[in-house]
Amino acid sequence: MTDLLTIGNTQLHNRLLTGTGKFYNHKLMKEALTQSGSQVVTVALRRVDLNASGEENILEDIPKDMILLPNTSGARTADEAVRIARLARAAGMGNWIKIEVISDQKYLLPDNYETAKATEILANEGFVVLPYMSPDLMAAKAMQNAGAAAIMPLGSPIGSNRGIRTKELIQILIEEMELPIIVDAGIGKPSEAAEAMEMGAAAVLVNTAIATAKNPVEMAIAFDFAVKAGRKAYLSGVGPTTTTAQASSPLTGFLG
Amino acid sequence: MSFYEEYVQIKNYPFDHFFSTITIQDVRKVLQKESLHTEDFLILLSPAAEHCLEEMAQMAHQRTVQHFGRTIQLYAPLYLTDYCVNKCTYCSFSIDNDFPRRKLTLAEIEEESKALVKMGLRHIILLTGESRLHSSVDYLCETIDVMKKYFSSLSIEIQPLDTDEYQTLVARGIDGLTVYQEVYNEDIYKEHHLKGPKRNYRYRLDAPERGAKAGMRSVNIGALLGMDEWRKEVFFTGLHAQYLQKNYLETDIALSFPRIRPNLGGFQPKVDVSDRNLVQAMLASRLFLPRAGMTLSTRESAELRRHLLPLGVTKMSAASSTVVGGYANKEHTHSQFEISDKRSVAEVKESLRELGYQPVVKDWEILTHSS
Repeated sequence: MTDLLTIGNTQLHNRLLTGTGKFYNHKLMKEALTQSGSQVVTVALRRVDLNASGEENILEDIPKDMILLPNTSGARTADEAVRIARLARAAGMGNWIKIEVISDQKYLLPDNYETAKATEILANEGFVVLPYMSPDLMAAKAMQNAGAAAIMPLGSPIGSNRGIRTKELIQILIEEMELPIIVDAGIGKPSEAAEAMEMGAAAVLVNTAIATAKNPVEMAIAFDFAVKAGRKAYLSGVGPTTTTAQASSPLTGFLG
Repeated sequence: MSFYEEYVQIKNYPFDHFFSTITIQDVRKVLQKESLHTEDFLILLSPAAEHCLEEMAQMAHQRTVQHFGRTIQLYAPLYLTDYCVNKCTYCSFSIDNDFPRRKLTLAEIEEESKALVKMGLRHIILLTGESRLHSSVDYLCETIDVMKKYFSSLSIEIQPLDTDEYQTLVARGIDGLTVYQEVYNEDIYKEHHLKGPKRNYRYRLDAPERGAKAGMRSVNIGALLGMDEWRKEVFFTGLHAQYLQKNYLETDIALSFPRIRPNLGGFQPKVDVSDRNLVQAMLASRLFLPRAGMTLSTRESAELRRHLLPLGVTKMSAASSTVVGGYANKEHTHSQFEISDKRSVAEVKESLRELGYQPVVKDWEILTHSS
């Protein structure tokens, strides 16, 4: 049986989402994206220059078979996110949108309240909305009710490579939400991507860790393996972990 | 509330005594820490830290790549007018320098814009001298209306304004504000700003805060290195940036480290700031403020800029003209200061790529209410 991830009306067979930021050249970015096996790539509308050509136009270097997930990077309010989303759609970048509303430039933490507002407006306008958020169950439910297609909680602050520090909160989202949970931000190593997948996350989004690796192409491949391994482990039923050894001769075995 | 209160509390701190007590071991201890406090920043600015520049550089480089990637944002300055009512000892635009002043007409601004677009630039910073008559808010609004058809981001480096005036410009399409305090030492400030509204230290010091309040997306501050003891000046700049970051979470705060360049008045810097000193200033600031933007201007030579790039820089100007009307028309009037890096945009981009950096020309989209 094929293990597919459904977002909106689209079925994906790959569970690694990638990004276009922080690469030192577009050629390398293209190669890393291709080798990652990823089907969805996020790109900041603020960086897209539709009038440019060649190296200046980032869209030309994104593999054509990938689904574009424009993001609203730079938005500080719901209103700005909505306007950026509309510009992205008008620019022919499809109707998927990752909402990023960040009004804190130090830790780059998302504003859940403004994000939920933007989710509602854009979902009503027919966008497939993936909100980036701080893992909070009530906020996630509000975004689900507002029409989100998936929920993207952060593992730790953007670009921090600190791993899944919000593990307990993300686990609650995985248990309680019907929508796919895509862990976004903070994943610094393939082992952390595998960890998120073992926990039952539907997918992960990885950008900084690939783009800023010494060899981004090989790192993209490593993440591809890790996501697949983590997913397989989850589907196979990861055994419970304990800190103490289990007695090999049970005391109550005689009860039959 | 104002940064002035913090400045007053710290200005008489016995810096020299503090520096004399700092050892290399103290510096190494700071370099083990995840996030730095004010005192740690001062330790990294100490003479002792000069022995740890390589370690600091490795860390600063790694943090910058982590937060900003291997990318450098390119922008260009556009001088709109060189009329100025201030008398400042170090600036070519000073009122007592006798040269024919110019102010671009809207038609000329359109020509300059076309020339800049042709050069491949999308982020522009508008500069003026300080003259409410020649660079009024109305004139700036008309300028913005002409320019926003061509560019993705417009910022200003002009005379300090009131909060509501900044709000007017933000609503019209300006997203960034640059105001250099020039020198944080208030006594020395008075020695160099002899006449004109710029003599008002406090009004200038509070300008970045007024800009942040008015909704500027980014605010860039800096001290003109060479006016006073650079370790103290960089320390005050870092504290000012931290104050703004704490109080205005949604504003991107950036720093610049301009060194005094030759200019029309023949001003000589009071303090010599060597390349080594400049590097230490940048590294200490990057480690203290890992998320702050850092701008490198064409004041420095192409050769030095290549070396400074990996130390924390996030933005740089390219193919700058510091002459009013200097892009469309090469007929020169007087520049505000001499630039050192005279390479074209294409050359700057090529050199960035050679160094393993992606030149970023566009990184915003003007969102005025018509969009």
